Formats: sequence, structure tokens, C-alpha cells
Amino acid sequence: MVIFGTALLAACYLAGIAVGEAIAALIGVKANVGGVGIAMLFLIAAQHFLQKRGLFHTDTAKGVTFWAMMYIPVVVAMAATQNVIVAVRSGPIAILAAAGSFAICILFISLINRVIERAHIASAPLAPTSDDHDPASDLSVAPDHR
Amino acid sequence: MFALIEKTIHESPLVTAFAFVGAVIWISNQLGHHLTRGRIAGSAIAVLAGLALAYAGGVVTGKSKGLADISLFGGLALMGGAMMRDFTIVATASEVHVDEAKKAGWLGFVALVLGTILPFVVGVGVAFAFGQRDPVTLTTIGAGAVTYIVGPVTGAAIGASSDVIALSIATGVVKAILVMIFTPVFARFMRLNNPQAAMVFGGLAGTVSGVSAGLAATDRRLVPYGALVATFHTGFGCLLGPSLLFLAVKALFG
Repeated sequence: MVIFGTALLAACYLAGIAVGEAIAALIGVKANVGGVGIAMLFLIAAQHFLQKRGLFHTDTAKGVTFWAMMYIPVVVAMAATQNVIVAVRSGPIAILAAAGSFAICILFISLINRVIERAHIASAPLAPTSDDHDPASDLSVAPDHR
Repeated sequence: MFALIEKTIHESPLVTAFAFVGAVIWISNQLGHHLTRGRIAGSAIAVLAGLALAYAGGVVTGKSKGLADISLFGGLALMGGAMMRDFTIVATASEVHVDEAKKAGWLGFVALVLGTILPFVVGVGVAFAFGQRDPVTLTTIGAGAVTYIVGPVTGAAIGASSDVIALSIATGVVKAILVMIFTPVFARFMRLNNPQAAMVFGGLAGTVSGVSAGLAATDRRLVPYGALVATFHTGFGCLLGPSLLFLAVKALFG
């Protein structure tokens, strides 16, 4: 059933966030430490465990993949609720600090990615897709895009 | 008639948000397809459109939550809030290929460290160039350049004033928006076309909102890899900001 997938996702989410809060409390930090990342690891592990035992049915997978597909719409909604006014009207310090750090990060990303490309640490580039391909084709149990 | 429609919309904010975002994405896809002949991804246009709408909403209401401050679009705050964002990010992990992620685990960590220290140094440097000399102010603005959550958390921890905290939040928000807009533009330059590169990007570019939106607009399949690393970014920054980085600034300028 589809709800099993969504419930699994929700359980991983809650467990991950809780662990993130626990780590934060342990080291005395006022923000969640990697909760979402830990939740992602839980989901990967749980899915792997269930798949190996043949318990991860197509319907169950749909309960997870639906939310993965909803990701871009959620991001668009998030963009529409940003405080863009503050960003536009903030003084030169905010704009220069932000633009400067972004520029430096881009340079480093470019540098590191060129190095790992040459050292063959990086995988081959993903095959191109058309942006408006049918998302329903992604709703398989083990999506293999490559 | 009009009152009837308005009542319906007011009573179903989240469903209205679904319909509205769907319409925005459909229009963006059409624009991307026909006006730019598919050269600019529909999702990139949709994120830009979202930001433009947020600006319009801010101008109309004078408040801080973009379009969501207009009551008709209140559902956007729930749909685009941290809970839904994180829930859908976790869901994208279902598409992670474990071997790909394992290959770059250590790289992700290196990127995370660089992604915290480099923006911090730039932020402190810019604030210094504008005549700031107080270590608390310098640290808070530097932390804001990491992410807009690290800024206020750090500032509150070391006792910065509220206008400095506001400035650090603004720095982080500007950075997140720059990442959202310019990631697809610089994707080729950054060699952002494979899972490992996306993990490096997630660690260095930082802010979850910026990384996730930027990658979504570049190639949806890269999102989980970038997000996996980026979600550690804020926690890592909040850990280093009020401690190691503050002490370093204090030693240098204090």
C-alpha cells in the first residue's frame, strides 16, 4: 500500500531529525546537526533492507517517490516565500559578503570538480534528459536513469 | 460569485498552493520550451518566478514571507516551509545510488569544511573593509555568509546586537538567492554533471535552500547527493561559528 512508503519516509524523517537534535544537545549547538542527512541515510538503509527481503513493493515505493517528485514544486513554493525584499534592500556589506563568498565557493567547486574528474574519482556525467519527460516513468521501484 | 470563490480558497490554503505552484511550473515549462527552446530548464525559470513573486508579495504587504503574506497565498508558507522542504529532500534519498555516495564521502567532508571557512573569511573581510572592528560583529556577519541560520545562531550565542544579527541574516539570504539563481548558469563551469561533483557543490555552496533549488534547476537527479552533504552545513557552521571561528577572530582583532 502507498501509505506504507509514506509512513516509512515519515518515520525516517522523524528519527533523523531526533538524532540531529540529540547530537546538537550533546555538543551544545543551537541548531539541528545534520538531521535531514541522517534521515536520508536511514531511508537508504531501510529501503535497501526491505528490497533485499522482497518487502519493498511497487506500491510502497510509490509512497516515497511521490514525495521525491514533489520536491521541485516545494522548492518553487519556498522561493515564493523568501524575504527577497530584505535581500534586495540590504546594504553593501550583505551584498558584497554574499556575492564574494559565493564567487569563491564557485571557484573552489570548479577547481575540486576538475581535479576529481581528472583523477577519475567522479563518475561519468549523467546522460542528458529532456526537462519535461514524463515523471511517471520515474515511479518505478528501482529507478535507473543512466 | 466572487465571494464564493474567495471563501473556497481561504478555507483550503494548502490545496490552493498546490494548484498555484502547478500553474507557475506549467507556465515556466512552456516559457522554457518555446522562448528559450529548452536551453533554460523550466524548473530554473519556475524558481526565478517564485523569487519574483516573493518580491512582489513583499512590496505589496511590506512583510517578510514573500507571497505567503497575501492571505490568498498563505498555503505557500506551509508548502514551502522547512517541514515540507526537509520531508521531500529526505524522499529524494530513495534515488541515491549508494556506491556513488560512498565514493565521495570524504570529499563531501572536505567541501563542508571549506564551505564553512571560506565564506566566513570573506564575510569577515568585507565587514572589516567597511570599518567594522568589533570581533562579535565581524564573527556574526562572517557566520551570516555561511548560511542565514548560522548567522543569527552564532550572533545570539556571542551576544551580537539585533541590527548586526539582521545584517547577518540578510547576508545569508542574499547568498541563498544567488546560489538559487546562478547555479544553473555556472553549472558547466563547475563541472556539475555527476553525483560526486554535486556532493562537493553541496558542501561548498552551503545553504540547503540554495543548494536544493540550484540543483533542482540544473539537474533533478543531482539533488539528493548535494542535499545529503548540504544538510550538515548549517549544523557544522553553528558548531564552529560561536566556538573556533569566534576565538580565531577574537585572537586576530580583539
